[in-house]
Amino acid sequence: MARAVTPRRKLINTGLAWAVGLLIFFPILWTILTSFKTEAQAIASPPIFLGFDWTLENYSVVMERSNYARFLWNSILIAGGSTILGLIVAVPAAWSMAFVPSRRTKDILLWMLSTKMLPAVGVLYPIYLLFIQLGLLDSRAGLVIVMMLINLPIIVWMLYTYFREIPVEILEAARMDGATLKEEVLYILTPMAIPGIASTMLLNFILAWNEAFWTLNLTAVNAAPLTAFIASYSSPEGLFFAKLSAASTMAIAPILILGWFSQKQLVRGLTFGAVK
Amino acid sequence: MYLRTALRAATALSLISVGAAQAETITIATVNNGDMIRMQGYTDDFTAKTGHEVEWVTLEENVLRQRVTTDITTKGGQFDIMTIGMYETPIWGANGWLVPLDDLSEEYDVDDILPAMRNGLSHDGTLYAAPFYGESSMIMYRTDLMEEAGLEMPDAPTWQFIREAAAAMDNPEEEINGICLRGKAGWGEGGAFITVTGNSFGARWFDEEWNAQFDQPEWAEAINFYVNLMNDYGPEGYATNGFNENLNLFQQGKCGMWIDATVAASFVTNPDDSTVADSVGFALAPNAEGVEKRANWLWAWALAIPAGTQKEAAAKEFIEWATSKEYIQLVAENEGWANVPPGARKSLYETPEYQEVPFAQKTLDSINAADPNNPTVEPVPYVGIQFVAIPEFAGMATEVSQEFSAAYAGQQSVEEALEKAQAITNETMEAAGYR
Repeated sequence: MARAVTPRRKLINTGLAWAVGLLIFFPILWTILTSFKTEAQAIASPPIFLGFDWTLENYSVVMERSNYARFLWNSILIAGGSTILGLIVAVPAAWSMAFVPSRRTKDILLWMLSTKMLPAVGVLYPIYLLFIQLGLLDSRAGLVIVMMLINLPIIVWMLYTYFREIPVEILEAARMDGATLKEEVLYILTPMAIPGIASTMLLNFILAWNEAFWTLNLTAVNAAPLTAFIASYSSPEGLFFAKLSAASTMAIAPILILGWFSQKQLVRGLTFGAVK
Repeated sequence: MYLRTALRAATALSLISVGAAQAETITIATVNNGDMIRMQGYTDDFTAKTGHEVEWVTLEENVLRQRVTTDITTKGGQFDIMTIGMYETPIWGANGWLVPLDDLSEEYDVDDILPAMRNGLSHDGTLYAAPFYGESSMIMYRTDLMEEAGLEMPDAPTWQFIREAAAAMDNPEEEINGICLRGKAGWGEGGAFITVTGNSFGARWFDEEWNAQFDQPEWAEAINFYVNLMNDYGPEGYATNGFNENLNLFQQGKCGMWIDATVAASFVTNPDDSTVADSVGFALAPNAEGVEKRANWLWAWALAIPAGTQKEAAAKEFIEWATSKEYIQLVAENEGWANVPPGARKSLYETPEYQEVPFAQKTLDSINAADPNNPTVEPVPYVGIQFVAIPEFAGMATEVSQEFSAAYAGQQSVEEALEKAQAITNETMEAAGYR
């Protein structure tokens, strides 16, 4: 039986949740606020929270200096392409591991995850040389493949966990009722796994969007996504925090909006299977 | 008649097509520094003169360094021009990774480049990168606080005077630190500063046999002086302060003195950003009493062409345009003399209008006082003032500066940091086959 929650406890819990949420969101909020300040206000000490003259100058400078649309389009294609490609490879892999496991399934899963333990820079040169040979440097196709490979272990693991939560008995019952494999996958498995697939898609999209090692090292002009756009505003000699903040805000805005609209799906997917 | 017209038309068409074939699009990798950004704004002038288009890849300094190093060592061919510094140029030139700039046009006047810059960007007398802007380091100080303290800054002060002035200007109640200096780990950040400070106390990284010298008394004296000075009159948490953090403090009026890159002079005297713009004075970087070398470095952001580019001719045209006297004139006409790229050409310092810029002469004096071939008192087997121009230096010096920063933060003693620095350096040099 669930424990009764007193109103006081509920209030404390809600307050605590808000405090943690605000704490996590504060750096993003500060970045957004800084993007509307002048460079002098951005570094003022003590810091100015809201009492400054709001200006859109940083945004107009950034828009004038950089081709934002091109960076944005590259980010969408690279994150979207790698997510779709990743799912095409990972769904059958996770399905077979979840429903037709073998003695080695656990080992394979762990081995897949172990590839994430290697620091990316360790394979920079081999991959760079491969890309030169294949003519993939500064190409979106090349980055889609690399992003897909990097995130594949996580996608397989997540999907595997979700699929394992689906009772095999339901599938067996469908088979007894005469469902074909196609019908079983389309009408039984897919609807039940949709929250899991959706949250995997979203998380993978966010990871690919934010990835800032390969996207910086394998691109120059044509395939450079928003991470390269932000990097171009960071300066070792000179204080351009307001412009950097404007560029950062523009880079995270699309993913922030996407996250806002899909938060229900995300939370549902991430907590899927947490309570039995 | 018809034949002649047709012939003329054909000739004209072929001429147009030849012109079109020569127009190229070149890709340039660069850093996000003020002068570089300004240059991007004038690209249209270059395109109008030559017909070549330019694609810019602007990156943060460390990312840029990693990015262009990967590309040049693998012959990736992603860039036609790279923005590199004085550390990389001689090493890459020696490896044959850069196109020699030995056939620049007569109008370009290569002899007009400041000798210190030309030497630092050459290998065996061949220029491998053209300086876009150059810098040294100098003292920037608050003239109003100096006056209040009843002191007068000499043109070329000693460290002992700096300590005295820091003590006089330090005012914790008003949140004014006597002095602000770099302490942040990293070979190009705090590492660069402590190396030149070492030079000014007569210390050196290596003796002539490539043996590390951190066990010598000059290093102990230099670092102990720095730590005591900063603990007494420096800002809190100075162990994590780099160029930008100190620039921020100085612009907010929280430093009596700041010793750093000469390019900072234009930032701290700009009334749009700096609260102390009208009360900043300049002096040469200090030395310890009796030591002839001063704590000033030499650096240039320069444009180089990676060997193997298909667009070498267009790239050279760009370099000639961007580092020319005409470019300086173009910027001066549009944005004023204080905003032209400094420290690269002799003729700039002979221009009467530029001589009126308050920090011009001290910048030139600081650059001229820097000698990369003789960075410290005793002879050394290397070239470079705030760095040692060998490929192993960046990694090794970053580790050494991390040890020093830990000592600044009080996590270990200066003696411990020096012992570790000695071990790190000797091990690296042994592994690399120098010893």
